[in-house]
Amino acid sequence: MLETLTDRFRSVLPSDLGAGGYASIRYVQSRSEGLSVRQGVVQPVRNSEEAGAMVTVWSGGGLGYAATSDLTPSGLATAVDRAREWAHITSGLGVLAEPPLAHTVGEYSSPVERPWSDTTLTERLDLLRRQDELLGVDERIVDWEAGLAHRVVDTMMVTNGGGMVTQHYESTFPSLRATANEGANTQTRTYGGHAFCGQGGVEVLDRHGFSDAAPRIAAQALELLSAPNCPTGVMDLVLAPDQMILQIHESIGHPLELDRILGDERNYAGTSFVTPDMFGSYRYGSDLLNVTFDPTVPGQMASYGFDDDGTPARREYLIEKGVLQRPMGGRISQARAGLRGVSNSRACSWNRPPMDRMANLNVEPGESSFEELISSVERGVYLETNNSWSIDDSRNKFQFGTEYGVMIENGELTHTVRNPGYRGISATFWRSLSGVGDHSTWKVMGTPNCGKGEPNQVIEVGHAAPVCRFSDVEVFGGEQ
Amino acid sequence: MSPEQNPAVGGPAGDTVGDVASYFDELVTWATGHLSGEEVLTATLGGENSDFVRFNAGRVRQAGSVRQRELGLDLIEGNRHTSSTLELTQDTEIDRARVLRTLESLREQRAMVPEDPYLVYSTSDVRTSTVRRADLPEPATVLGEVGEAASGPADLVGIYAAGDSFDGFASSLGQRNWAQSATFSLDWSMHLRADKAAKNTYAGFDWDHDAFETKVEWSRRQLRALDREPISLSPGGYRVFLEPAALRDILEIMAWGGFGLKSHRTRQTPLLQMVTEGTRLHPTVTISENTAAGMAPDFQEQGFSRPDEVVLISEGEYTGWLISPRSGREYGVENNGAASHEAPSSIDMAPGPLPREGILEELGTGLYIGNLWYLNFSDRSACRTTGMTRFGTFWVDQGEIVAPVNVLRFDDTAYNLLGQQLVGLTDEAEFMADPSSYFRRSSDSARVPGALVAEMRFAL
Repeated sequence: MLETLTDRFRSVLPSDLGAGGYASIRYVQSRSEGLSVRQGVVQPVRNSEEAGAMVTVWSGGGLGYAATSDLTPSGLATAVDRAREWAHITSGLGVLAEPPLAHTVGEYSSPVERPWSDTTLTERLDLLRRQDELLGVDERIVDWEAGLAHRVVDTMMVTNGGGMVTQHYESTFPSLRATANEGANTQTRTYGGHAFCGQGGVEVLDRHGFSDAAPRIAAQALELLSAPNCPTGVMDLVLAPDQMILQIHESIGHPLELDRILGDERNYAGTSFVTPDMFGSYRYGSDLLNVTFDPTVPGQMASYGFDDDGTPARREYLIEKGVLQRPMGGRISQARAGLRGVSNSRACSWNRPPMDRMANLNVEPGESSFEELISSVERGVYLETNNSWSIDDSRNKFQFGTEYGVMIENGELTHTVRNPGYRGISATFWRSLSGVGDHSTWKVMGTPNCGKGEPNQVIEVGHAAPVCRFSDVEVFGGEQ
Repeated sequence: MSPEQNPAVGGPAGDTVGDVASYFDELVTWATGHLSGEEVLTATLGGENSDFVRFNAGRVRQAGSVRQRELGLDLIEGNRHTSSTLELTQDTEIDRARVLRTLESLREQRAMVPEDPYLVYSTSDVRTSTVRRADLPEPATVLGEVGEAASGPADLVGIYAAGDSFDGFASSLGQRNWAQSATFSLDWSMHLRADKAAKNTYAGFDWDHDAFETKVEWSRRQLRALDREPISLSPGGYRVFLEPAALRDILEIMAWGGFGLKSHRTRQTPLLQMVTEGTRLHPTVTISENTAAGMAPDFQEQGFSRPDEVVLISEGEYTGWLISPRSGREYGVENNGAASHEAPSSIDMAPGPLPREGILEELGTGLYIGNLWYLNFSDRSACRTTGMTRFGTFWVDQGEIVAPVNVLRFDDTAYNLLGQQLVGLTDEAEFMADPSSYFRRSSDSARVPGALVAEMRFAL
């Protein structure tokens, strides 16, 4: 099938675009299965299969695209004509006249240890039934669900200059949830939100202990019902990896996207407090902060061999010893800004053009054990699992909430608190980083739902983080 | 001009929305002939022929077209069923082969799944069709007009989206529903510096140069008001006026699980205090799902029709739920055609007594908030939400705009904002089409007035 399509794509790509001309077809085929068992009832199985192609044409100083699910020779030819027409009418009106793109050749495939196909649908549903039973263990648990999804994506990008990149992704998305209630108090505890996803097959379930997690989740949901609200005040904050991913995502990831810095997102996702002159000198965080853009981590959610402009993936430091080094911008943004960037031009599917996205954005591990991070806190709170996120359009003033908190008093974890949240300002928050967990606390995770762009796109990104400690943070709890 | 005459610009000849409706009808009729035994097939089709032009600083960032048709199939026998979606090419031979393959696959899978106690689907054979035609502008016309609007000091950023959008339902029992409309939407902001900007939207069916120019002039006036030294306010409580767009965002966060039957029965609704403790909003607050006044299809994915209106909160008291067929079966109540996520598509808040003209005098001294941004729950059970001010937000002193205000974070409950602290709602509700386009262009909309609030709490 792919060979037939390759020939077809090559045959319709224009060869008469002249100097500065460039054309590509990016084909995406996606297949997925979604399963869940809620309160003992197998929910309707959700399958999907989609395929389509995005034609991109740079010609005469204009840029046009056309996406189509009609992959017949005539359907593709029509899309090419449409993209050429757009290039024609936008000639001289664009933000960049000539494509800084290459004709790359290469391939990538997700590492898979235990293929999805090694299990039957019956076995997968049985696994979910068992977890579901372990969640609904008390009459105060009023809703519970165990879920599992798997997706296989094949992409192929063919350019009119001989470029050919094929990539094969397999990803698995497990989830568990228990919701407990008493009166007007409802508390939900999950299996890391949606963070414990990753590339790979059934082995993804073992990375964060899916099969053992349900009893703890149910117990903690009940524990939260009788826990006091998190106290309000300024105190030390210790964040678990499944909250760190949100902190990284919102207050490092989005502000460092070069297209935001260039203003593309000002009408929707927002701008950035980071300006081009900051790279190379701006103190983003304390000396303990080291952040990498790394699409080469095996099994992480957004690993790949090439971005959707065909740029080879490479690990780069974005922040080193607290100092800002480079933004996340693909070749087009780099050409517009005159800055070095990374290979992060990505599209959510065949029906959207690429733009600057996070891929795997990771805080590198430090040297402190979990016990060391806690033992040095006189009064603080340890927080797990994000459940609320809000940040201003410059990615500065944030407020985040989590599912579960434990007070730290005189260097010891003492009692559970509910509705814990904290707020701060990105530009100063990371400078209060006072402890970074070692490799034993470091977890590789991801999130399947990062939204951005006009037209809108939702895409998977990866984040890895250790447990981290921050000093003197404004913490609060819920309404009584 | 009809959409058949004017498909999304550059659309392939003969590939019109009218063709898609017939194609869907014929494909499901054909698939019905390939069912076996007591099988029932329900099908949905969602798609678009859309043009998108993205602007930054008045220049084109990306421009192109998207043509997509997603077919959903649910193959049922007794109480067992499995479902799948697939992308149609609209090539009969290819699509029929795909549908046949999918039906085979669903049959194999069905043998491995248990009976679904909450399965319910429409057994009607009704046929409906709603088609809204339009005279959409040529892209070159829009590029020219936007270029003109962006001339001079205006730094225009935004998205133009236009074309045909369609939704269909069909079943092997003979039911057919079709809804299509051709619309355009220009959602933009004009920027003065940093985050100081005026936000506006021009959406509809027929592009009118004068109407667009009026909106551009409004943005320019607001830019002039923004061209003053901004002030930073300390956290605390302030008297505020919320423009309809800002109040819409508060309603949208309330609607995130707020009105669905399932979220109520599982105690996850953020309006939990309204149902467990009888907490009420201000007696002028009436909120409904008003399908008749919106743009969304009047049928849902299992083929059930939606009533013209479902009242959710009446005069401050919680009264109704959005009930999907599945939740209806689970909890033993009649469904009211809600989609599976049980969130409103056409939320409607009744206007109040405050004259829109002269609202600055009513505000007196306080914050005039044009837009809010990135709302989420601080404490879901208490319907306590947080979010940021954005775009045209000003400090008003004795009825006069004094200065733009740097962004502020609010953290307050709906029971305060729309309850004890609500002074009143304006006498005009503004209709706002949803410009979002995740997966495909949205057909959601909102009709919301402005709100004067005695005290809104800000935390950062």
